[in-house]
Amino acid sequence: MTSVAPTDAPVLDGDPFSMETLADPIPFDTAVREAGPMVWLAKYGVWATGRHAVVDGIFRSWGTFISSAGTGMTNTKRETTWRRPSVILDQDPPDHTATRAIMTRLLSPRTMRKLKEQFAAEADRLVESLVARGEFDAALDLAEAFPLTVLPDAVGMAREGRQHLLPYSNVNFQAMGPRNRLWEEAVEQAGDAAEYVAWQMRREALTDDGLGAEIYAAADAGEITEEQAGLLVRTFLSAGVDTTVFGIGFALHSLMQNPDQWALLRAQPSLAKHVFEETLRHTPPSPIIGRTTKTATEVDGIQLEADQKVLLFLAAANRDPARWPDPDRFDITRQASGHMAFGAGIHACVGQLIARLEAECVLSAVARKVGSMELVGEPQIKYSNWLRGLTSLPVRVTAA
Amino acid sequence: MTTLPHPLHDTTVTLVGHEFEADLVVDRRTMATDDVVALQLRATGPEALPEWSPGAHIDLVGPTGITRQYSLCGDPSDRHTWRIAVLREEAGRGGSAAIHETLREGDPVRVRGPRNHFHLAASPRYLFIAGGVGITPLLPMIAQAEASGADWRLVYGGRTRTSMAFRDELAAYGDRVLLQPQDEVGLLHLDGFLTTPQPETLVYSCGPEALLTAVEQRCSGWPSGALRLERFAPEVIERSGEERAFEVVLERHGVTVTVPPDRSILEAVVEAGVNVLSSCQEGTCGTCETAVLEGTPEHRDSVLTPEEQAANEFMMICVSRCRGERLVLDL
Repeated sequence: MTSVAPTDAPVLDGDPFSMETLADPIPFDTAVREAGPMVWLAKYGVWATGRHAVVDGIFRSWGTFISSAGTGMTNTKRETTWRRPSVILDQDPPDHTATRAIMTRLLSPRTMRKLKEQFAAEADRLVESLVARGEFDAALDLAEAFPLTVLPDAVGMAREGRQHLLPYSNVNFQAMGPRNRLWEEAVEQAGDAAEYVAWQMRREALTDDGLGAEIYAAADAGEITEEQAGLLVRTFLSAGVDTTVFGIGFALHSLMQNPDQWALLRAQPSLAKHVFEETLRHTPPSPIIGRTTKTATEVDGIQLEADQKVLLFLAAANRDPARWPDPDRFDITRQASGHMAFGAGIHACVGQLIARLEAECVLSAVARKVGSMELVGEPQIKYSNWLRGLTSLPVRVTAA
Repeated sequence: MTTLPHPLHDTTVTLVGHEFEADLVVDRRTMATDDVVALQLRATGPEALPEWSPGAHIDLVGPTGITRQYSLCGDPSDRHTWRIAVLREEAGRGGSAAIHETLREGDPVRVRGPRNHFHLAASPRYLFIAGGVGITPLLPMIAQAEASGADWRLVYGGRTRTSMAFRDELAAYGDRVLLQPQDEVGLLHLDGFLTTPQPETLVYSCGPEALLTAVEQRCSGWPSGALRLERFAPEVIERSGEERAFEVVLERHGVTVTVPPDRSILEAVVEAGVNVLSSCQEGTCGTCETAVLEGTPEHRDSVLTPEEQAANEFMMICVSRCRGERLVLDL
């Protein structure tokens, strides 16, 4: 990092990507939020903010806080990255506009209405089989198994090679952070996942009735190039799976930690979507995203130079007491909308409707088919530079 | 209080949803032709105006209180002034005539937006077709196409040469621009440009309905998605400056709420204690989609297709309102 330390701005010395912080991130989130509207992270020479109003404002000021220099720690205009930048995430208008429009159209409410029936049936089938087993790992057998089936099916991906999806996605998210041990391990474990993804991105590797084929149809219509179409298919492979996996896992964990909320959901399974929304607020799986200042600018009296990285601490913003009363409490009856888990503005998560649909189907099935649900082992957390989640959640359930 | 380098946080503007709304000042007023006035609008404070991209339009609440949409036709990188062009329409409701007759330099004008339903997609080649004042959204598109190194042409028709606005600015592009005044060459010769679909070419057209219909017919053999139209006159939803209150029945909750003129359905529903999901609050993300059981929504979202809007089965309650007195929603 080449940025120089600013004067007259709050400074934090801690490391948001140390193993200690990743194991228990809330104290660092809180420190970022409470240090000021904008705080300098001395270890990395980047800015950070954890205040809801500031995060929201920066998302909407996309001309000043740009995405085209990368949305992770690396300034992709100065350093090369491990893979080609995304044609949607790491772009500003006008380059962002065409690809975003296609993905918005693909992941629209009408698509969700088409997918809803099959997703709900698959969720019911899966939960019924797990209830019959009695004891299982809710992180692997439910939270991971469900999205890993329905999303690749909806995209139209081949059955072969899907075991590479999570290792690939892991490299992608570890690479958003600093080049530390987590990143090196992820690259080692991924093996030839990148080759698999390059293969699965191609038109020929997709079924002709899935979302992937629709992306290539947009290329045929001249809206995007063939190459852009491949990179848009890649976004499904890299951003669409483990974020949802971890979100569903956190929702299940929070319900077990809060028996009163579990009772509310059981009494009224239609609250499933509110359980997920409150989970996204309370424990967002994707807690940080980056922007880069295009020009010198000012936030609440703090001067930022041009070409500096700004990390938006979404998880911290989601527990900003200025935005939500009693923010640490998990309360499925509160108005969780307005959380920053999906971002906001022109780059707001384009897959948010499908993520909500997947989670709602799973949580609704659990609410209807599970009578009791208890932890029978210590949950294991995922150590990731860029995501939060559980890798194990051992549970015992009884039928409703 | 958070201050950001962003107009949404300027204390002189009010935030409706997440849309910018403010009184700007007429900075410069020039006659682009006898019938077209070009207005340069400026913010009253030092803060930058919201960002926009070619194809965007704003709502302008005219002196008579009539709201109409006008394409932004200046330079998107100019963050302190916006330019629009207003054709004096004698057949209209008097909105454009009032702008011509009463708006003077230094006068305030209320604007909302910008919004963009006519984005310029990336392409190696473009064909732009403008009729009359339909040139306005195409001007910044052309500048962007030129800057991106794309291969482009503009075919620009009008009644007479002198009725065609911005000829002087277009002259800089040389023979990429073909002016076709009707009194000199007759109706626009579209066949030569459109009969054969051109590879990797997007067609952007804006102008009177007759022109757009003709363009659509001739583009029937082009790949779907190659043709992009902006219908500026007949299909523009003219909104009166004043929003109306209406009633919304939340069927499943058995609650009726009144949506006042200055609140959205979403806000009124949430205030009534009903928890509904929402995200963008600007009609773009689809999160707050709600099934309509009775009544006719006034759709203002950018999510539903025109066919879906016409079916009136679903609506985005963050921005859309009611055409009548009452809506019954599946909430």
